[in-house]
Amino acid sequence: MSEPATSRHRLSVRDLSCERDGRRLFAGLSFELGAGAALQLEGANGAGKTTLLRTLIGSAADFAGEILWNGEPLSRALPALRESLLYIGHQAGVRRGLTPLENLAWYGAAEDDALWALEQVDLFGFEDSLCQQLSAGQNRRVALARLYLPYAAPLWVLDEPLAALDTAGVAALEARMAAHLDGGGSILLTSHQPLALAQLRRLNLSDHAVAPADAWVGGASVFS
Amino acid sequence: MSSVDRPATAGPGFSALLRVELLLALRRGADIANPLLFFVTVLALLPLGVGPEPELLARMAPGMIWVVALLATMLSQESLFRSDFEDGSLEQLTLSPQPLYFAVLAKVAVHWLVTGLPLALLSPLLALMLNLPAGGYLCLFVSLLLGSGCLSLIGAVGAALTVSLRRAGLLMALIVMPLYVPVLIFGTGAVQAALDGYAYHVQLAVLAALLAAAAALAPLAAAGAIRISTDS
Repeated sequence: MSEPATSRHRLSVRDLSCERDGRRLFAGLSFELGAGAALQLEGANGAGKTTLLRTLIGSAADFAGEILWNGEPLSRALPALRESLLYIGHQAGVRRGLTPLENLAWYGAAEDDALWALEQVDLFGFEDSLCQQLSAGQNRRVALARLYLPYAAPLWVLDEPLAALDTAGVAALEARMAAHLDGGGSILLTSHQPLALAQLRRLNLSDHAVAPADAWVGGASVFS
Repeated sequence: MSSVDRPATAGPGFSALLRVELLLALRRGADIANPLLFFVTVLALLPLGVGPEPELLARMAPGMIWVVALLATMLSQESLFRSDFEDGSLEQLTLSPQPLYFAVLAKVAVHWLVTGLPLALLSPLLALMLNLPAGGYLCLFVSLLLGSGCLSLIGAVGAALTVSLRRAGLLMALIVMPLYVPVLIFGTGAVQAALDGYAYHVQLAVLAALLAAAAALAPLAAAGAIRISTDS
């Protein structure tokens, strides 16, 4: 129990299959994600990357198999998981009617911390502009500034964090991720681009895809 | 409450939510003005439609003011959660360790502050325009004050249920209208009783009871509906 909180967590997935709108996306998926580990989910469009992320954080309930957080099933461990979770979805959760500074304050950041975080993502000078006047890449950076706030959660779940980022932004994000992993955090992300991270493992969801004939779980097969 | 000693993952507290919602509402001035303009315009057109006889207008005034206030509230609520749903902040709220109940309550409270409260404040002016007898003013104001709170709370459930649908207006009206009916009946009933010289405290008490029940239950229902809507 003397270990710091960040080094104790573990997300385990055993024989997971997910469905969406009555179609099974993948099956037989197993992996472990512990402290200091990073996993990049790959796969064709529609392979179920976002669905998998949303299932793992408890936002989508259509799955079969086991998801364990620190050895406890997700249904019981969900509050604990969410307290250690920082999730940035494809819709990044940046409110367009607020300024970057107000957006970070909405996530509970103190002003000094928020200003420092915005400086880290190269948004210094934009902190008081409305987000609707910023570009797509800048809005993505506002969301990514959450990664630089103090008390950042140990488990990062990032859906396409590199979307709309420029090369310098990608390099800065890789550096931040490496620092997070060194500090005992863990990262689960989807991306189509390769990332330069030593600890990164890759998982291709297309390898676990279900043949189209077996994919339908609705209709008669449910009752047979 | 200081945010310094709280982890950044804890999500926004109730006062922070309230402040942000108010800020957003004030920045979107048109969203505040639209329901009020609708309210004033429809009631100003009414005498042109039904004729200017003072007795007829006085007879119609309580019901018309209430019905138009109800429609104005409903039209303004269709987009209550829409922009949050589209930019992903609604999903962030569902992931926050804070109960979604308070997030919904904060949104509804701000909606009432910028819609229900101004409607109630404007109502005596429109009552004067429609020649409502003097005995009904206070009752109309108080009944709208209580009733618009109910309408905002109930409407939030409809808005939450339809947030993931593109054209939700009609569906939301179908869901919400039956629930609006008791509020409308007791609201107009109170004003009518006041005009007829009877005690109207009973109707106002029922409205207050409806408000209390809606404040306790509607955010729960809306929170559940949001979880369903974001699970797709």
